[in-house]
Amino acid sequence: MSLSATAPTRMNRIVIYGLLLIFAAVYLVPLFVMLATSFKTLDEIRGGNILALPAQPTIEPWARAWGSACIGVTCEGIKGYFWNSIKMVVPAVLISTALGALNGYVLTKWRFPGHRIVFGLMLFACFIPFQSVLIPMARVLGQLGISNSTAGLVMVHVIYGLGFTTLFFRNYYDAFPDELIHSAQMDGAGFLTIFWRILLPSSAPIIVVTVIYQFTNIWNDFLFGVSFSSGANAPMTVALNNLVASSTGVKEYNVDMAAAVIAALPTLIVYVVAGRYFMRGLMAGAVKG
Amino acid sequence: MAFVEIQQVQRRIGVLQILKGIDVSLEKGGFLVLLGPSGCGKSTLLNAIAGLQPPTSGDILLDGESITGLHPSKRDIAMVFQSYALYPNMTVAQNVGFPLEMAGIAKAQRDADILSVAKTLQIEHLLDRKPAQLSGGQRQRVAMARALVRKPRLFLFDEPLSNLDAKLRVEVRAEIKRLHQQTGATIIYVTHDQIEAMTLATKIVVMKEGAIQQTGTPAEIYNRPANMFVADFMGSPPMNMLAGKVSADGRALVPDAEPGSLLPLPHVLAPGQRVVLGIRPENIGVEGGSLRLDLPVEVVEPTGSDIFLWLRFGTALISARLAATESPTVGDRLSVALDMARAVVFDEATGGRID
Amino acid sequence: MPSPSPSARSRLQDWLPRLVLAPSFALVLVFVYGFIVWTGVISMTNSRILPVYNWVGLDAYARLFAQPNWWMALKNLAIFGSLYITICIALGLFLAILLDQKIRIEGFLRPIYLYPMALSFVVTGTAWKWFLNPGMGFQNTMRQWGWEGFTFDWLVRPDMAIYTVAIAGIWQASGFVMAMFLAGLRGIDSEMLNAATVDGASSWTIYRRIVIPLLRPAFLSAVIVLAHMAIKSYDLVIALTGGGPGNATELPSTFMYSYTFTRSQMAVGSASAMIMLMGIAAIMVPYLYSELREGRK
Ligand SMILES: Nc1ncnc2c1ncn2[C@@H]1O[C@H](COP(=O)(O)OP(=O)(O)OP(=O)(O)O)[C@@H](O)[C@H]1O
Ligand SMILES: [Mg+2]
Repeated sequence: MSLSATAPTRMNRIVIYGLLLIFAAVYLVPLFVMLATSFKTLDEIRGGNILALPAQPTIEPWARAWGSACIGVTCEGIKGYFWNSIKMVVPAVLISTALGALNGYVLTKWRFPGHRIVFGLMLFACFIPFQSVLIPMARVLGQLGISNSTAGLVMVHVIYGLGFTTLFFRNYYDAFPDELIHSAQMDGAGFLTIFWRILLPSSAPIIVVTVIYQFTNIWNDFLFGVSFSSGANAPMTVALNNLVASSTGVKEYNVDMAAAVIAALPTLIVYVVAGRYFMRGLMAGAVKG
Repeated sequence: MAFVEIQQVQRRIGVLQILKGIDVSLEKGGFLVLLGPSGCGKSTLLNAIAGLQPPTSGDILLDGESITGLHPSKRDIAMVFQSYALYPNMTVAQNVGFPLEMAGIAKAQRDADILSVAKTLQIEHLLDRKPAQLSGGQRQRVAMARALVRKPRLFLFDEPLSNLDAKLRVEVRAEIKRLHQQTGATIIYVTHDQIEAMTLATKIVVMKEGAIQQTGTPAEIYNRPANMFVADFMGSPPMNMLAGKVSADGRALVPDAEPGSLLPLPHVLAPGQRVVLGIRPENIGVEGGSLRLDLPVEVVEPTGSDIFLWLRFGTALISARLAATESPTVGDRLSVALDMARAVVFDEATGGRID
Repeated sequence: MPSPSPSARSRLQDWLPRLVLAPSFALVLVFVYGFIVWTGVISMTNSRILPVYNWVGLDAYARLFAQPNWWMALKNLAIFGSLYITICIALGLFLAILLDQKIRIEGFLRPIYLYPMALSFVVTGTAWKWFLNPGMGFQNTMRQWGWEGFTFDWLVRPDMAIYTVAIAGIWQASGFVMAMFLAGLRGIDSEMLNAATVDGASSWTIYRRIVIPLLRPAFLSAVIVLAHMAIKSYDLVIALTGGGPGNATELPSTFMYSYTFTRSQMAVGSASAMIMLMGIAAIMVPYLYSELREGRK
């Protein structure tokens, strides 16, 4: 909406644009500082101004962050952890999305007595503080022999992501006309055929949203990573925190920042490439219906 | 000078010319209907009068003074919107009282005014409800009450009936007519329904693609349409149009649909000229008329009060309106009479009426 | 070859949907609700390093609320939560209203306000930790620019550190709140605003009397989302302040983690987790209930 009639004066427009641009600058400063610092030498950082551009840009900190920075006792950079995160994110996103699609399908098109209770319980599960399941989860992972492993983290992320993926698909399929299902049933199609041939082919938008949402959430997760993994098996976020928090040796701020940018890169890229869907995912996760 | 004067109003959005120089005038107490197909710029013109979308050029005068530069709230104009635009967070009474409140009128006076307008529109019992708890017709009344309560110099209505069902539309139409007669208000009313236009207006402006096609009384517009667009737009089913060539003596038309026949023209024209002859369905009957034709009946559409017939005339179909007492059957040949004195002729190239 | 009888097959078709849903639902029942009960049970024992099942009733809760540290965490959550929610909403609404004035570069500005939401809290914490570093960060830069007396050392001041957590949190989430409000604003019928203009309302009055009341659902969603994130936020504090200096930025989430996994007070940690759960349930259950019911009509 906009108030077209109350044509704001020129002065008003200038003030509005000015405020918007100032805020834009404020939002950009931390990213700018991260990037600028990551290309500076330590000498320049010690003597310098964080808002200044690097005087002699160097990619050395990036190389160190990726390949040789010390995290804990090993000095092999964050690359291993980066791959840990990838190995964790990809299966967790795929499995939770696939299950969410099936659940959403059942909960909208094959309703059974009690389906609302089932959905309500799955929905509330999205919002619990994970602290209330950490201790039992740690025990169970230990008993299953997958504690401190990528497989364990995949399982955790699938389980605690199910609520959201189900929610997304449920809301999407809810708007899908029942007539289509009924006519397919009359044509002799069964449960799985209808899903495979009719619903899934028109689910691309919600699949994109769900995948982006899950990808961002799981990539950015810290609590599960730090609780259920350690050492060389930790995901990226945990490694970044260990790198930054480690107090041994000289504090290499430029390497810290390079590592932070690397950790942020995948989700930022998703955001830049698919911002519209990213937004829709956040909103769907925030505002249910 | 008339009470409302719209002079050469243009509106451009980017390269789009939405209004192409509109001239309209309206006397005090008049009821002007802006009529035209969807997207022709009716709402844009109304919004220009209200001040919501200022014209890019041209002038609008109210009671002799230019209001073009004034803020909408300073124009003393009230408007009823298509969606009614009731404030959902306020009760009916608050909605109706809102313009008074904005004008800084004291609470006691406000309440009295709200009650009096609510009585006029018979919505007293709804005053404490929220808009969501009202039916479509009731919402419409509240929107009118909100406009009426200010006693403005000019009322604007933007398709106020288009969201109502057919029966309600007829009722509210009569209500608006009654209010106009009772209060003597000056009204500009937008619609694309030609029946609304015919029943309500003292003056009709027919628009197309941002330009005026014709201005006149309902009777003028209906009986003497300025061009083929207006002729086609007014009336349902629309006027029959038969293209052809004027005969050698200039007194008849040789229609393309049936080159073997001669249709007498209402007035003499240049021989050989390409023209279109228009005749309304109700000017084709079983009795009277100046021209008789024997035509096969192809379709019969009874509407209850009338019967519409589609008659085969060479390659064309001609519609005729008969009294419901007639009982033609499909396939019969029917002898119909065309009242050629009421026919109109248009230049085929320009579309304009030829007198 | 014996084929399944039609009735058996159709019975399978009848049950297939439920069979497909069952594993997911079972996982949620066990791993969410079962584990919550389990945590609840542990909170009523005297478990320390490992769970033991000696029933001691509400003893751990008593010990929890006797901990000054826990009170510190609650106080910090109150400060952080209230600042985070109110400022995010105020700022988000302000930016949304500004952006809604037919701004030509909206498409350029919106992503700038929003991108922090794509970042991990750990990254946000790391960036702000560096930016607010009194020795080499922003404070130092201002001094270099000639403002000798400039001081912004909240990060290392126990009484102020919690406000830096709020600042970083607001930076991250306010753009998202802006987007929620902007979506709400875009959903308002423009005819209604035209009507109010014709009725003589000023823009300020239109916002105050009509637009902001109509944004109620957006306000509600924003409060719920932000309250939920505030209670859960863990990573941000860990990365920014590590809970310090001292315990100055302790939050219930960090309290739970450290008591459970590093201080070997598992029963107390579980009790704190249960309190967090109750806090979130008090907010989410009524909200979800009303949302699900509205979805019905
Ligand atoms: N903001 C805009 N930008 C570009 N074109 C516009 C804009 N607003 C209106 N138009 C165009 O101006 C023309 C006139 O619109 P207007 O709303 O006045 O039509 P209308 O006659 O009221 O139609 P309807 O009967 O459907 O309400 C339309 O062709 C529309 O596409
Ligand atoms: Mg219109």
